[in-house]
Amino acid sequence: MPDIKTEEMLLNMGPQHPSTHGVFRVVIRTDGEMVLESESHIGYLHRCFEKVAENNTYIQVVPYTDRMDYLCAMANNLGYAQTVEKLMKLEVPERAQYIRVIVTELNRIASHLLAFGTYGMDIGAITPFLYAFRDREMILKIFEKLCGQRLNYSYVRVGGVTFDITEEILADIQRFCDYFEPDTIKEYNELLSYNGIFISRTAKVGVLPADLALSYGVTGPSLRGSGVKRDLRKDEPYSIYDRFEFDIPVGTGEMGALGDCWDRYMVRVLEMTESVKIIRQALADIPAGDFCDKKAFRGVKPPKGEVYHKIEGARGEVGFYIVSDGTTKPYRVKARGPSFCNISVLDALTSRGDCMVADMVAIIGSLDIVMGEVDR
Amino acid sequence: MGLERSEIHGILKEKFGDAVLEDHVEAAEPFVVIRPDAWEEIAFFCRDDQRLRFDLLSCLTGVDYPDRKVIELIYCLDSTPNRHWLVVKAALPRDNPRIASVESVWKTMDWHERETFDLLGVTFEGHHNLTRILCAEDWVGYPLRRDYVMPETYRGIKNVIY
Amino acid sequence: MSAAGVLLTGFLLLGQTADPAAPASGDAALAVAAQEAAAEASMAQGESVDIAGAARALARERGTNADQGGIWIEALWNQVIDPYLPFTVPEWLLVAVTLLLVCALVFGFINVYALFAVWLERKVSAHIQCRLGPMEVGPHGLLQSIADGIKLTAKEDIIPRLADRPLFILAPILVFTGVLMRFVPLPFGQNLTASDLDLGLFFVAAVGSVEVIGVIMAGWASNNKWSLFGTIRTATQMVSYEIPIGIAFVAVIVSAGSMSLQEIVAAQRGWFFHWYVLENPFLTVLSIVYLIASLAECKRAPFDLPEAESELVCGFHTEYSGMRFGLFFLSEYAAMYLVSAVAVVLFFGGWWTGLPFLDDLGMSPTSSPIASLLGFLLKASVFVSKAVFLVFVQVWVRWTLPRVRLDQMMHLCWKVLLPVSLVCLVGSTLWHLACGGSGLYGLPALLGF
Repeated sequence: MPDIKTEEMLLNMGPQHPSTHGVFRVVIRTDGEMVLESESHIGYLHRCFEKVAENNTYIQVVPYTDRMDYLCAMANNLGYAQTVEKLMKLEVPERAQYIRVIVTELNRIASHLLAFGTYGMDIGAITPFLYAFRDREMILKIFEKLCGQRLNYSYVRVGGVTFDITEEILADIQRFCDYFEPDTIKEYNELLSYNGIFISRTAKVGVLPADLALSYGVTGPSLRGSGVKRDLRKDEPYSIYDRFEFDIPVGTGEMGALGDCWDRYMVRVLEMTESVKIIRQALADIPAGDFCDKKAFRGVKPPKGEVYHKIEGARGEVGFYIVSDGTTKPYRVKARGPSFCNISVLDALTSRGDCMVADMVAIIGSLDIVMGEVDR
Repeated sequence: MGLERSEIHGILKEKFGDAVLEDHVEAAEPFVVIRPDAWEEIAFFCRDDQRLRFDLLSCLTGVDYPDRKVIELIYCLDSTPNRHWLVVKAALPRDNPRIASVESVWKTMDWHERETFDLLGVTFEGHHNLTRILCAEDWVGYPLRRDYVMPETYRGIKNVIY
Repeated sequence: MSAAGVLLTGFLLLGQTADPAAPASGDAALAVAAQEAAAEASMAQGESVDIAGAARALARERGTNADQGGIWIEALWNQVIDPYLPFTVPEWLLVAVTLLLVCALVFGFINVYALFAVWLERKVSAHIQCRLGPMEVGPHGLLQSIADGIKLTAKEDIIPRLADRPLFILAPILVFTGVLMRFVPLPFGQNLTASDLDLGLFFVAAVGSVEVIGVIMAGWASNNKWSLFGTIRTATQMVSYEIPIGIAFVAVIVSAGSMSLQEIVAAQRGWFFHWYVLENPFLTVLSIVYLIASLAECKRAPFDLPEAESELVCGFHTEYSGMRFGLFFLSEYAAMYLVSAVAVVLFFGGWWTGLPFLDDLGMSPTSSPIASLLGFLLKASVFVSKAVFLVFVQVWVRWTLPRVRLDQMMHLCWKVLLPVSLVCLVGSTLWHLACGGSGLYGLPALLGF
């Protein structure tokens, strides 16, 4: 029988595609359902935040950091604020430190909830998405009460936080923690994590070895999914993270290979429990006092110098490199978005010849990217 | 915890001698300044030396200083096993900024170098695909240079400045 | 477009009824004799008009062993309308009108059911997901589907410039026709069938393939790579899953000794353990195989790969809009009902409630017309309820499970369902030869029940 003539097909996934989580384009070369090679193209959301920052004062830059990783804006605010504080050698009041930890961890839960939900949707289960949104909504309501915003908070600023946290909000957070852990997380695991089809779709798919991950600068849950126990909250404790007891969940290869999509996904689910642990401890210890340094709120004018500071955002290492020339405007702000590095590994994961079109979606989803941060 | 900053700087100075031009261990963010042509060698050493083991390059920043006529590249290196880190700077002439690509040392440099090329116009020699990554392919100029002027139109689309 | 489907089905019906059972080709004298016999029958029952009796008499007269919807209408005509008309209606017109009427009934049923099923799907999914679902149009959003239908018909009909125009237009019609034609032998109740073909089950399986051709046409004509992907997936999936479905059909045919859907149901009369799902363990397994395979056949989750929205945007109907998309949508829901109804026929006792005293209502020759009518309505509603319940199960599954990957889907079909169904076919046949059809795994026979 003569060979049937087959052709390879170039397929444009994105910029508008349901599973690219924003305007992200991958050109994939396929042989039937198999992906032979992929090439990522980014920049569709590029607005040159770094140039904008050069023309604004230190305080005016804060809202732009929100819009990088809009799903975990608190962490970006915190990263930026702490970098400027490091530059100014500014000590932040104790209460503000606690508030920062609480809101960042709450935001981390909200972000992981979204990652959980959309990942379920990528795999084809639509119901977990709505469950995740139901619970994320509670966090957003708390934030709305706290600072009037649901997504782009600009809440953490240089010198402290914008508004004090009230007893009522603290009670709300306590109530959310009690509701959320352990019952709701258990429900999630029953719903999705240990579903047979879900496991068969994610286990042994998109295996990311630790050395490859590090070489590509992958950080956060995606790196921990590969079994590397690296979390800046523990490794280089910033703010007051050294006061809290919590674990760092890492991938174990429980369902297949170490560093597969399921591991990356599961690290996020487990991390939500750890965040609740931190919040509970912070709620118990939160002292009275000032919530901000009033002087820093009136104007920020750091001395000449430059500094790099990194914190653990929901997606990995959020770093800021700020160069100050002694004026009220930064000379240069460089933002290191974790998603930018995390998504750069995609081509390496999908070009090994063992990836199908459906796996492509599973891998992109498991890296959990936010395009606002990739393109900045 | 790993090594102190001064120890790391010491190791580099000992190994590369005059390729390490300056050592600012007292700065808010301690850094060393290296000779650009030695960068690739230093990079391999930083990654592979058992005392250093910088396996993660977290950030590449480029800063334009028109008055000094240089573009400074700032590499922030991180070591996950040893938990220490290092900031390496290289000053390049502004009119012809060129440095060796370290894409082969850390894969993440692929995109980071493309970004720096895109926004600052630094040429990384040996990069396999040095094209614009964030701006459009036919964009003119390097936005993060201090003397960059926003074009009035792009492909017939008027640029509205508020 | 829809009218074309109806007409096609109509022609098909014409062809199918053109057997000795139909008056058009039958002997005119025979028809007259039957009419007289029916009239006698009604006279014997007193002055009341007994349509059921007349229909049975008519069927007996023609030598058909199962009643047909057409005969019911004919009996109604003979008994109630014809005697009072001042003129004679030509025989051919009568047949044509009857056929069109049957078509219209089936088509109307599909439409009304689809409106309800879409609403059901939205409400069920909403309640599974802690939502309310549509609440605005009508009580609990009952009229939402009508509003959606109006929206779909009013939408702009877009055909991409580079699409293959004739194929693009033909594809949804073909898909819908493929589904609609499968309704021909499908019972809606006892004696309530558009046309009870002797080859009923075979017809259902064979005509289903027309749908695949329509889907391939749609994907190819769209000139869109994502559509093409969806198309290839659909073709692979539907062709593969037809095999376990076919084997399940064969096993039931062996047990029932007939391919006529009416007779398969009739064979399951009696207590509920006479339903084929409880006939023997192999048939129980086969019923599960059929239910899984029918999910794939309908392209429903977890086998919704052809239109996997997170992967392929929308699969083969990505480029369709307005009523053309509506036809795909309608055929999907119609197919859901169809496979459920076939499952009810094959395994779940068709219109039988499973309780003989209820089933016997209106079944004896001496039953009063009221009892006959009540029994008839009961059976029709039992049948439709069972089918709609299975539709609900499909909806339930869809909103619970993630989607499998293509290779896993093929693995399931060829390496699990196919061997299992083959073993069950052999097992069920041997069981049937050894134990006969006593039901409940043969236990009642053992216990002398």
